Amino acid sequence: MPPYSGVIPVPTPETRPFWEAARRHQLVLPRCRACGRLHYHPRAACPFCLAGDLEWQPVSGRGRLHTFTVVHRGLPNFPLGVPYVLAIVELDEGPRMMTNLVGVEPDPARLRIGMRVEVTFADVSEEIALPHFRPAEEGR
Amino acid sequence: MSAGLRRLRGRVAIVGVGESDEMGRLPHKSALALHAEAARNALADAGVAKADVDGVFSAGRWMSAETAEYLGIRPRFVDGTLIGGCSFIAHVEHAAAAIDAGLCDVALITHGESGASRVGMPGTRFAPDSERMQFETPFGLAGPPTGYALAAARHMHDFGTTGEQLAEVAVATRKWAQLNPRALMRDPLTIADVLASRLIAWPLHLLDCCLVTDAGGAVVLTAAERARDLPKPPVYVLGTGECATHVNVSQMADFSRWEAAEVSARQAFAMAGVAHADIDHAMFYDAFTIVPIMGLEAAGFCKRGEGGAFVAGQRTAPGGAFPMNTNGGGLSYTHTGMYGIFTLIEAVRQLRGECGARQVAGAKISICHGLGGMFSAAATLIAGTEIP
Repeated sequence: MPPYSGVIPVPTPETRPFWEAARRHQLVLPRCRACGRLHYHPRAACPFCLAGDLEWQPVSGRGRLHTFTVVHRGLPNFPLGVPYVLAIVELDEGPRMMTNLVGVEPDPARLRIGMRVEVTFADVSEEIALPHFRPAEEGR
Repeated sequence: MSAGLRRLRGRVAIVGVGESDEMGRLPHKSALALHAEAARNALADAGVAKADVDGVFSAGRWMSAETAEYLGIRPRFVDGTLIGGCSFIAHVEHAAAAIDAGLCDVALITHGESGASRVGMPGTRFAPDSERMQFETPFGLAGPPTGYALAAARHMHDFGTTGEQLAEVAVATRKWAQLNPRALMRDPLTIADVLASRLIAWPLHLLDCCLVTDAGGAVVLTAAERARDLPKPPVYVLGTGECATHVNVSQMADFSRWEAAEVSARQAFAMAGVAHADIDHAMFYDAFTIVPIMGLEAAGFCKRGEGGAFVAGQRTAPGGAFPMNTNGGGLSYTHTGMYGIFTLIEAVRQLRGECGARQVAGAKISICHGLGGMFSAAATLIAGTEIP
C-alpha cells in the first residue's frame, strides 16, 4: 500500500472498537444500555444520560446528506485533491457523521441536501479504513 | 432570571480600551509584545496605573498567567477562559462578577495574536488521538472556512438565504472600514466583487472570509463608583451572557441555528432590562459573512431564517437603519484569530463619541455579540452610557 498523505486516525481505548470494525468494513456505533440511544463520535459515557454501560451496535450504513461544502482550499496533500466534498451524513438510525461524499462530481449543482447515501470504506493503512459515503438509490 | 444577575447590572464599567500600536502584518513583533502594547494603551486610556491592576484575563494556553508575568503584574484574580474568539466578551462577564464580589478591583483583559506572522505563538495543533483528528480532520475539515461553509449551506437550504445576501455583509462592512483609518482593507467593494472572488469552500468565497492579521487589544474595568472618578466617561456593563455547546462542528445540533448565541443574548437582554429597539449600535462578530446573519437571528433582531433579508439593501452600512461593525469588522478592519476584544473596543469608543467620521450619532446603548469556535460558543455584552 503506498504511503497515505492524509491524516490517519489514532484510536483511543474508547474508540478502538469503532476503528477495528471499520477495518472490517463494518459500521458500528455505541448504544447506551441505560437510555437506549446511539451516539457518534464514540465516547466512554453516553452524551445523553452519562451512563457508562455501552454496547457496539452494527448500523445500516445508509442515510441522507444533511449538509455539505465543496472545498477548494483544503488541507495540504489531502488525498482526494481539490475540490472535494466534505459532508455531514445523517444515518437512518439518527446520529450524524462527518465524512467525504465520493463517487460524485464535486459540484454543488449536482448535489442535493437530503439525497440518499450509503457507506463505502476507504482503506488508508493496515489498521484504518475511513467511512466515506457515496450516492445511493432513492428508497434504499 | 435570578435576582443575583439583575443585581450586577451597572455595577461595573469599562474605563479603558486600546489596540496595539501597530496592526496588520507585523513579523517584527511577538504575540506577547502585542499584548503589552495594547495593555499599555488601554491603561493610559483609563488613567489607571499598572500597579492598580489586580485581575488579569486572557485566552489561550497559559495566556493569562503568561501575560501577567510579561507585564510584571501579580494578579490576585486570574481567568484564562478559552471558548474561542468571544472569550474576551465572556471575560467582561467574569470581571464584572469578580469586581462586584470584591475578588479584584481593576481588571485587565488582554489579547495579542500574531495570527498572520505566527511570531511567539503557542501551539494550536490537536493531538493525533483527539476527537478532531479522529473524526473530522481525516475527512478534510480544513479549518474554520470549511466548518462555517457546512452551516452556510444548510442555512441556504432551510431558508433560501442567498450568496448575494452573504455578500451584503461584506460590502456594508467595507463601507465602515473606509471611514476607519486603522482598517486594513479600505478599497471599494461591490456585491459582484464578493461573488466573483475565488471559492474557498462553497458557498463561501474569499471575500466572505475574515482577514488574518497580527494585532492586540485590551480592556480595563473597575467598579462603577470608582469609574466615575476616572478621566473618560464610564461605559457601564448592563447585561452579559455566555454559552458553549460544542467544539467539533460535526456535533452542532442544528446547522442553521447558532444555539449558544440564543442563550447568551437572551440572558444579556434580560439582565440589562433593555429592548432590541433600544440598541443604537451593534458589533456582531464577523469571521465569515454567515456569522452575523445567524447572530442577528440568534440574538432576536429578526426571526430564524430572516437574517439574510435583514442585512439586505445595505441596512447595516453607514447611513443604514442598523449600524453594525462600524470599525470595519473582522472582514475589513482586523482579525487576528480571536477577534472578540475588538468588538469591545469599538463599542466603547462609539458610546464615548470618539469615532469621528464613523461615529453613530447619539449612541447610548451598544451590543457586542461574539462567536467562538465553529458556532461552538457565544458571549454577549450590552453596554451603555447610563444605567437605565
